[in-house]
Amino acid sequence: MQFKTYERPKCDRHSDTEGMRWYRLDLVLARIERHQRAVCMPKLKNPTRLTRREWLKRASKGAALLSVPGAASAVTAPQERTARPAPAPKHSEMRLLNDRPLNLEAPAHLLNDQVTRADRLFVRNNGLMPALTRADDWTLTFDGEAVSMPKTFTLKALKEEFEQVSLQMTLECGGNGRSEFDPPASGNQWTTGAVGCPKWTGVRLRDVLQRIGVQENAVYIGYYGADRHLSGDLSKSPISRGVPMHKALEPETLLAFSMNDEAIPLEHGYPLRLVVGGWPGSVCGKWLQRIRVRDRVHDGEKMLGSSYRVPCEPVARGSQVPDDAMCIIESMPVKSLITTPRSGQLCMVGRPLSIGGFAWAGDDAVKTVQLSSDFGATWQSAQLAEPVNRFAWQRFEYEWTPSKTGYFEIWAKATDVQDRDQPMVVPGWNPKGYLNNACHRIAVQVVA
Amino acid sequence: MKAPLILSVIISIPWSTGHAATDIEMKSSQALMLKAGEGMRLVAAQCSVCHSLALVTQNRADRRGWTDLIRWMQAKHGLWPLGEFEAPILDYLAKYYAPTSAGRRQPLGMDLLPKPREDD
Repeated sequence: MQFKTYERPKCDRHSDTEGMRWYRLDLVLARIERHQRAVCMPKLKNPTRLTRREWLKRASKGAALLSVPGAASAVTAPQERTARPAPAPKHSEMRLLNDRPLNLEAPAHLLNDQVTRADRLFVRNNGLMPALTRADDWTLTFDGEAVSMPKTFTLKALKEEFEQVSLQMTLECGGNGRSEFDPPASGNQWTTGAVGCPKWTGVRLRDVLQRIGVQENAVYIGYYGADRHLSGDLSKSPISRGVPMHKALEPETLLAFSMNDEAIPLEHGYPLRLVVGGWPGSVCGKWLQRIRVRDRVHDGEKMLGSSYRVPCEPVARGSQVPDDAMCIIESMPVKSLITTPRSGQLCMVGRPLSIGGFAWAGDDAVKTVQLSSDFGATWQSAQLAEPVNRFAWQRFEYEWTPSKTGYFEIWAKATDVQDRDQPMVVPGWNPKGYLNNACHRIAVQVVA
Repeated sequence: MKAPLILSVIISIPWSTGHAATDIEMKSSQALMLKAGEGMRLVAAQCSVCHSLALVTQNRADRRGWTDLIRWMQAKHGLWPLGEFEAPILDYLAKYYAPTSAGRRQPLGMDLLPKPREDD
């Protein structure tokens, strides 16, 4: 693949609403101009920046080429030569939930690979992605109340001075499954596809924190990335979350620079991101520039209020919950996904049908996966593989030979090592619609 | 108020069910379209300054819920006071993007069901 130099893009912050351009009211015109100046000026300085529209165009072209079943996975442009990866094209069947900010999820049948391919990994952006930049020049700064001497590393130095580790770790959005809550919860209406399990390569955050020397008053880390707030206000951070020190210091918590042995694609955090296993994906800061080691629970954007928090005690659906009664989500709950066959499959009576998928359980491992073909009346145990490492999802397989014709649903229910099952109905309602780990269901028609 | 043709009415979520030819850009432009009705222009103008209108069309809330969202954006994300436009915006959102009751769990979506065979 030949690396292409992109044309200098026009500032098109509003080109995706072109049809509505002439509806703009005087009241907002001034504000829009201010935003365009704030948001687009940096863009014009950088000839390699892709506009959102160009990105989507490229993404769809790439996807069209790769939409043949079993086609090779989408690849980024060769970073070795250029140090500037193109955004990975996404598979054409990925569902676009939102284009500003960019949010995409995968239909279950696209996630059948043991290691999730870049073109099938969900994207959950909170702000506007930064421009492509040279990875070598990238820096990461450590500071905060619990760091006596702030320290800045280049990405090159991180790679050279610390041991590199590769781990497969499941990444799931805290709001995966939000679309099933009633009354509806606001935000992107994820169904089941905001999850994936790529292979990450990086250095341990623990090793770097040990090097810089963290003081005893350390409580939490908070990350800051290079993405920008949607409003264009450069003083606002779109998202700045973190984890308590015990989680930050786990040996699996990585400062990752590779995904599936390639530079991390732009939309997944190029060139550097945090990867923290088992917790909501939002703790895995992308385009990572700064880590503050705090002497208190981090209070960055989307740490407070109702963001990534659930009621500390269960509430009736539709309840108004005050902010001080909301608790931060930590480990994600046990969950599973049937990735083959695709829902809607026809199969033959008396012929075995291979059912397979993945199960994961936040900080824990999965103990069993059971399947039902009779709406939960009876359950059969699937074969379940061990995780390749902590925080990697686990493959389950089952061969089902239908003895009758008709309409069937296959339900999957995983149980973690602490004997917690997935619920059959949607679990506890919460204002922002997090943590829906209800069993996954697919439909199958058995014919003679 | 008559809706211009350019903003055609999209009632259901327009994602196609697996046609390779359907590209993401096309889906994107459809998702940007609001249901035609009084107040649509105001919503298009005000809400699309910061985020895609897909964030409107994929959500459902009653009037209080939409009001809460506006207050949250004003408190957290730099949304300006909507002044005289707030009431017509809320009228539109509460009317065209109202919640529908889903219960504890909906049946599988039609797009996930087996397709009838041609010889049936």
